[in-house]
Amino acid sequence: MIIYGVALLSACLLTGLFIGELLGQILGVQANVGGVGIAMLLLVLASGSERFKPLTTGASGTGIHFWSGMYIPIVVAMSASQNVVAAVDGGMLALLAGVGAVVVSFALVPVLSKLGPQSAPLPPLETETTANAKAGV
Amino acid sequence: METLNGVIAANGLITAFAVVGITVWFSYMISRHFTAGRIHGSAIAIIVGLAAAWWAGTVTGGSRGVADITLLAGIGLMGGGMMRDFGIVATGFGVQLSELKKAGMVGVISIFAGVIVSFVVGAVVAIAFGYYDAESITTIGAGAVTYIVGPVTGTAIGASSDVIALSVAAGVVKAILVMVGTPMVAKYIGLNNPQSAMVFGGLMGTTSGVAGGLAATDPRLVPYGAMTATFYTGIGCLMGPSVLYFIVRALA
Repeated sequence: MIIYGVALLSACLLTGLFIGELLGQILGVQANVGGVGIAMLLLVLASGSERFKPLTTGASGTGIHFWSGMYIPIVVAMSASQNVVAAVDGGMLALLAGVGAVVVSFALVPVLSKLGPQSAPLPPLETETTANAKAGV
Repeated sequence: METLNGVIAANGLITAFAVVGITVWFSYMISRHFTAGRIHGSAIAIIVGLAAAWWAGTVTGGSRGVADITLLAGIGLMGGGMMRDFGIVATGFGVQLSELKKAGMVGVISIFAGVIVSFVVGAVVAIAFGYYDAESITTIGAGAVTYIVGPVTGTAIGASSDVIALSVAAGVVKAILVMVGTPMVAKYIGLNNPQSAMVFGGLMGTTSGVAGGLAATDPRLVPYGAMTATFYTGIGCLMGPSVLYFIVRALA
């Protein structure tokens, strides 16, 4: 049943948000501390556990997949309900923060890659055109 | 016409599904035909959303974007905190703990390093632009983490709506740049094997950026990058309103 998966997802979110609220109270902040992150970890644990298998596979799983697929549309709706007018005044700030974060993160890729066991480069793709065809999907 | 308006207004959330669906379809078409798939459709859809919110804000004078237009009020519900959190948690589905273990310590380190580095860059830029309160600095820093972590953090610690919008804008800039820039820098940063793809996903984190950027570089790397990137937003949401906020508050 699709609703079982959706219900599991709901239970994870509510539990996570509840723990987040409690953490916020314990830490003395007017904030939900990591509720969404905790909920996500709960779902990962549930989807990896045998006991919850009936709730995460088959039709039940499609209930969770559906909401996973709705993630981008929800983010689109979220962006459409933001106070962009106020943000446009700080356009340069957003640009610099975004560009800065990406440039520094790019630079760290080869540094961190050297830390772990190395894996061999993938063999080159067949041809330029097939690569582009795949990438363009 | 009045009857149609009545139906649309009375079924706000359904209207939102239809309007967002058309927006996403339109955006993916633009992505395919005008950017050859280089800029991911989802990034274009988000830009269209932000542009619509900007337009609506200038027309209505409100602070909730297109949600302030009566006929589109349902977009506010669809894009509100409740649905947003639900969607984010759902994306964690399918990530196996064993897969994360396989990514190893380096994968985990890269996620934390990525969140912290992006946050610091964003926070420094925020201060440079004259934001001195801990809530604004943290929210903008979190926005440089991803466009999800920004609003989640901002909402949790009570930042103002315009600062939250700034954090989304910073996150969108990041996502777009990762999509467009990754194929260009791939060979300079050794992005040609599963292990570096996992590190890359952990450092960048922005799921649509990583998925789009790796797809344009080498489609075979996508699952490796997406695996660590999927955790990034969760870790960011965990750290943003807590550890990172406390540190900023102690320093501010």
